[in-house]
Amino acid sequence: MSSHNGESEMSRQHPIKVLLAKPGLDGHDQGAKVVVRALMEAGMEVIYTGLRQTPEKVARMALEEDVDVIALSSLAGSHLPFCTKLKPLLEEAGLTDKLWMIGGNLPAQDHEALRRLGFKGIFPTGSRLDDIVNFIREHVK
Amino acid sequence: MNDRAQSDLKPVINESGIEVKPLYTARDVEASGGYAMIGEPGEYPFTRGIHRLMYRKQPWTMRQYAGFGNPQDTNRRFKYLIANGQTGLNVAFDLPTQIGLDSDDPLAEGEVGRVGMSVDTLRDFEIAFDGIDLDKITVSLTINGAAAILIAMYLAMAEKRGHDVKQLRGTAQNDILKEFIGRGTWIFPVEPSVRLVGDTIEYCARHAPKYSPVSVCGYHIRESGATPAQEMAYAFCIARAYADEVLRRGLHIDEFAGRLSYNFNIFGNIFEQVCKFRAGRSLWAKIMKERYGAEKPGSMWLRMIAGGGGGGLTFEQPELNIVRGAYYALISALSGTQTMALCSYDEAYTIPTEYSARISLRTMQILIEEMGLCETVDPLGGSWYVETMTNQMRRKMEQIMAETDAQGGIVKLISEGAIQAKVSAQAYQMQRDIESGKFPKVGVNCYRNEQEEEHKVEFHPYNEEDAREQVQQLQRIRAERDATRVEAALARIRADAQAGRNVMPALVEAVKTYASVGEMTREMVKVFGRYREPIRF
Repeated sequence: MSSHNGESEMSRQHPIKVLLAKPGLDGHDQGAKVVVRALMEAGMEVIYTGLRQTPEKVARMALEEDVDVIALSSLAGSHLPFCTKLKPLLEEAGLTDKLWMIGGNLPAQDHEALRRLGFKGIFPTGSRLDDIVNFIREHVK
Repeated sequence: MNDRAQSDLKPVINESGIEVKPLYTARDVEASGGYAMIGEPGEYPFTRGIHRLMYRKQPWTMRQYAGFGNPQDTNRRFKYLIANGQTGLNVAFDLPTQIGLDSDDPLAEGEVGRVGMSVDTLRDFEIAFDGIDLDKITVSLTINGAAAILIAMYLAMAEKRGHDVKQLRGTAQNDILKEFIGRGTWIFPVEPSVRLVGDTIEYCARHAPKYSPVSVCGYHIRESGATPAQEMAYAFCIARAYADEVLRRGLHIDEFAGRLSYNFNIFGNIFEQVCKFRAGRSLWAKIMKERYGAEKPGSMWLRMIAGGGGGGLTFEQPELNIVRGAYYALISALSGTQTMALCSYDEAYTIPTEYSARISLRTMQILIEEMGLCETVDPLGGSWYVETMTNQMRRKMEQIMAETDAQGGIVKLISEGAIQAKVSAQAYQMQRDIESGKFPKVGVNCYRNEQEEEHKVEFHPYNEEDAREQVQQLQRIRAERDATRVEAALARIRADAQAGRNVMPALVEAVKTYASVGEMTREMVKVFGRYREPIRF
């Protein structure tokens, strides 16, 4: 799934491209789909993976699709093991200059560990859609 | 002249899209269809309740959702809840179990025992239910993709413990169609998935006639963004799809409809919810009687678990969720539910602790013991507002069902991702409305705490040692069991699936050889294939 709407991205040649993945076995996708719509409405191009993505698949898609943002939505508690596996794969693929983000059910006590793993944007349950959109606009080079 | 024009009031439209008036009178009831569909409690069309005396005879079953870690951990939590007055069990399984993976599958790493109990073989059920009287405590299995296997496992476990399976009560969620809309624990493509639900219903009708093999869930459809009217209408469409599947096999509706049950959500406007249930009860009875020719009253009963309310709870000021939970429980009691389960106040953060699970249980007990909720049947019946809204909600649900049918039916719409896209668009709009303040949410978009306090939520720890033990136990069982018998049983699953026979007898046999959930799933995947999610916005 992707959508083009470059109007609101005046300063760039092409719209910001986001990969939004559902990592692991978690089936809660209501939030992820809401974020997809918000990003599309903001003029970004979004590739939504659907459920059950492995770290390998996420890294491969991010590389192949040449995205600016790699975003995960995790609500079933396995964010740390998943991100720990994903980090070296993204590094190997040369994707360290991309913006890594994660949202969902992320206890405050895990935020520091996620930041250390390279996730700049951390949006726990209760985050506002506009804050997510603005964060991406500010941080994508 | 309507009331609004006279008084210049802003219109109020409930979530289901029905206008709410400032005042209702007998005239509104008449205009909405009168009392044609009300009847008496325990009599067709059951608007006021499926039993004559309802809670006066027996309060609702209290069935908090519980399960985590390995079967030993879960067995301890079950016993804790029962010791605290819980009257039924509602088993949470971890994600690998739910999607048919063994604990030692590479894809299960980090997920074993995390959001529910891990189950690989019959041994795990023997441990989890050890010391629990299955005649006194009915067990509900929250399992969908792998439901046929876990139902087989439950029946085999009970039989092994000496129970007469013909008398055994219990419930499995086993509603795969809603998993494609929300919750996402599917395994096989849509068509064979529906066939498997048919297999379980047919098998139970013949061999375990008191067991409820399906609990059709409006609940998760609502969580995914559906309105209350859509929640119930889509659930009925799904239940009809299962009934049609079983009827094709030559059973009569009265041979199985009495064991179909439902799972519904409660959050939002009190009266809209209560009327949703009253309307839904009569609509389901009407569908069963008029469309399917059911004759037994039990076939027409909308039996349900109602409560939960996860979508209404908030991350902000989590203590307020205790208050919300109490209102949801009140609504559930006023709506004539058979079973109640509440989300605990800390569920936006973590798996409920013993402490928060006990608060939910006590909330229901306060209603039963202190508040007079069990004394009188359908206490809101006869209110002009409630009767009018009940009629209007019923009509709304009928409209949604007719639209769904006109578009090709629920199975087709789910296969194409159309229902998913529709409710997800609504969820997006709702999120926007909450963020803009248009849809008020206390603590979220109004009455926020200037400075969010440090939340006093105790996190449920994930125990990796438990997961390791679970893997070791599975490997021990694999080494000890009779490999030849296992192989033969697995081959029979594949053969029966291939030949279009009911796979339940083969699954029950395989479970008894201690074949694992992952092994049995793989045999069926060889025949059925795997579901591919339609991505559509």
